[in-house]
Amino acid sequence: MTNDTTAPAIELKGISKAFGPVQANKDISIRVMPGTIHGIIGENGAGKSTLMSILYGFYKADKGEIFIGGHKTEIPDSQAAIAAGIGMVFQHFKLVENFTVLENIILGAEDGRLLKPSLAKARKSLLELAAEYELNVDPDALIEEIGVGMQQRVEILKALYRQADILILDEPTGVLTPSEADQLFRILGRLREEGKTIILITHKLREIMEATDTVSVMRRGEMTATVKTADTSPEELAELMVGRKVLLQVDKTPPTLGDVVLDVQNLRVVDEQGVERLKSISLNVRAGEILGIAGVAGNGQSELLEVLGGYADGTGSVTLNGEAIDLTGKYSDGKTRRACGIAHVPEDRQREGLIMDYSAWENTAFGYHDDPAYQSGIFINNTAIRQDTEEKMARFDVRPPNPHLSAKNFSGGNQQKIVLAREIERNPDLLLIGQPTRGVDIGAIEFIHQQIVALRDQGKAILLVSVELEEILSLSDRVAVMFDGHIMGERAVGETDEKELGLMMAGVET
Amino acid sequence: MDVMPKWAEVVLVPLISLLLAAILSGLVILAIGEDPIAALKLMIDGALGSTYGWGYTLYYATNFMFTGLAVSVAFHARLFNIGGEGQAMLGGLGVALACLIIPWPHWSLGLLGAIVLAGAFGAVWAAVPAYLQAKRGSHIVITTIMFNFIAAAVLNYMLVNVLRPKGAMDPATARFPEAVHLPSLHDILAPIGISFSKAAPANVSLLVAIIACVLVWLLIWRTKLGYEIRAYGHSESAAKYAGISPVKITMIAMIISGALAGMMAINNVMGEAERLVLNATEGAGFIGIAVALMGRSHPLGVFIAAILFGFLYQGGAELALWTSIPRELIVVIQALVILFTGALDNMVRMPLERIFLALRKEGN
Repeated sequence: MTNDTTAPAIELKGISKAFGPVQANKDISIRVMPGTIHGIIGENGAGKSTLMSILYGFYKADKGEIFIGGHKTEIPDSQAAIAAGIGMVFQHFKLVENFTVLENIILGAEDGRLLKPSLAKARKSLLELAAEYELNVDPDALIEEIGVGMQQRVEILKALYRQADILILDEPTGVLTPSEADQLFRILGRLREEGKTIILITHKLREIMEATDTVSVMRRGEMTATVKTADTSPEELAELMVGRKVLLQVDKTPPTLGDVVLDVQNLRVVDEQGVERLKSISLNVRAGEILGIAGVAGNGQSELLEVLGGYADGTGSVTLNGEAIDLTGKYSDGKTRRACGIAHVPEDRQREGLIMDYSAWENTAFGYHDDPAYQSGIFINNTAIRQDTEEKMARFDVRPPNPHLSAKNFSGGNQQKIVLAREIERNPDLLLIGQPTRGVDIGAIEFIHQQIVALRDQGKAILLVSVELEEILSLSDRVAVMFDGHIMGERAVGETDEKELGLMMAGVET
Repeated sequence: MDVMPKWAEVVLVPLISLLLAAILSGLVILAIGEDPIAALKLMIDGALGSTYGWGYTLYYATNFMFTGLAVSVAFHARLFNIGGEGQAMLGGLGVALACLIIPWPHWSLGLLGAIVLAGAFGAVWAAVPAYLQAKRGSHIVITTIMFNFIAAAVLNYMLVNVLRPKGAMDPATARFPEAVHLPSLHDILAPIGISFSKAAPANVSLLVAIIACVLVWLLIWRTKLGYEIRAYGHSESAAKYAGISPVKITMIAMIISGALAGMMAINNVMGEAERLVLNATEGAGFIGIAVALMGRSHPLGVFIAAILFGFLYQGGAELALWTSIPRELIVVIQALVILFTGALDNMVRMPLERIFLALRKEGN
């Protein structure tokens, strides 16, 4: 493949970048050889995206040099990056929804003022590219009508059309089903064979192990190690990422099932645009059980949590411990849900679970601010809430344990712990929990998973929604797969595997 | 961590903004051939140099406290109430009706009655745009602005056709009865041995305004309602998650806001003019926006900013009276203060943050 005499495709030397007091990148050096897939792994906020943004010309490094193919290169903007042969596939695609594939591909790279000749020319080279890299797409399909996996191919083709030799993919599998992810990795392998260099940014250890040749680990803005993938293990990488040993497996005993706590029958949700988001779904959760809802984001899981959490309207029947719950009207809001024993850790803690400008103690009362223990006369008893917060912070190991700090000043994991402490310590009969570890560092993931299992072991019912199939499989006792507003099917965790669930997530009946 | 210490945030930023506005105003005065130092001296003398000047400064400040608080309360719920002017006009109508229809035995009862009616009229005037926002999604900025015009028209109609005494030539109500004459600061301070100008219009309403500042502070930072209002203002999606009703908070915050703006009328209508005239509010509703911006929607900030704007109003009037600086230029100076303290906040904040950052790095 490579030897020491070839120049690296990309070499970064001593890159540093600070945002105000935050040192996002600290003296980072990295060499990526041509024709390899190089993984960059690190927790959220480790500085991966900043580093790639510097490489793509979005930020200017405070210090350091960039060499492309052995030549020192200045990259002041993305045009320069493209000219240097760098293509970027963003986590959130930058495509015009109501344009065709072809129109999206030439967008910004049109030749001349007239569209028609450049479209014709682009069509020809697009078909050539597609054949060369086995990246089949229909040039005339509208973006909004093709699937996410296809859209990602368009993004890759866009980069290749601009003659990129180096492709950077930022968390490319976040929106894909497992089989789509497998396809992506096949495509990446094919690109590598053709001599392209690929940088894969991810926080998923499995992808690194499967797809990359070498891997660099980032922690708190620093590059802690660069190793050959073949010489390392997921455990070692996790330790490098976190800085201490972590348990990747969840320890749990078989469940002790009780009565049905949550029973949902024919639940429908129609959104404001009149689109049916939940198409008559039925499910139940028993005491002492974790029901995992698997599925690619946007297939109705969010709506399920919203309607059960009381802030979206629905029709159908939902009972909690046999008592019917209002799904619309005056007695259908977060407060009434909490009063009847439903706690909710929402999917998006920054938009819903927390008020980012509120201090930790104000957030600890959030949603439960009616609690008589938090009142004194007509006023809120700030002292009582603060004390309660200090105790919760100690029990959930929130760092720093300062109730006066705004929520926005905590890391993702600690924010999640604040929400979790608030909801779990209410001792609910049913806990709704969405994406419990999204944007949470590995060290905190371990702790959060333990808390969820502990609540189950106390005989509580838990409805877990996650787009991370691994998380669903390691936590749940039973899995239901959602696709396009339906429940595709339910499986006991012992009787299924990622492959079967992956097919169900893609809407294939099994 | 926050970049700047709290004191810098609260004190230094507005102070520097103010200084910049003063310098620029000085240049403008220089440009029309007047002496800025002399002008400043005249303003300070006129507004703060005598109890007469103070009396006017505090009288204006009282107006601005009410309207500033009104904008602040709505702003905590992220509602931009531009309708303080109209709500204060309607409040004036409430005060006039309270004073003219009911024969109050004592001014204190009359004041209470006037507060209730002024607040109720202002609240109703704010409740309509609030309802349209909460239920129909009509933007509150647009509707409250339009309601200012409707308020002016309503007042015009009422004064010309309904409340004007027979035979009177100007569109104004009859003079209020002697029983509801509010004690001025002179009357209040005389018994404790402080002599205060008899002619100045500052009156007992100032104390009501200060009480209102304290009550608003308690409401916003110490009650469940205030907690919910601020929560809704910070994040509507989070408020929904928590079960805080957007409709309820929008209505309540705007009703409180409108009531506060309406209460301004006890100062200018009941305390000073002692009858309701057209354009009694003199733009105080709009100044309230600047006061709230400068005061960071905090009652203490509003209190201080209101006094500053009271000073600008009174000092500006003195300037127009004693120099050839035209009245319009006073408006320019006031506008510069609003521009720097309100709109150009980041211009001062960003360099300051950088300085503090550099200082901290050195300290480490």
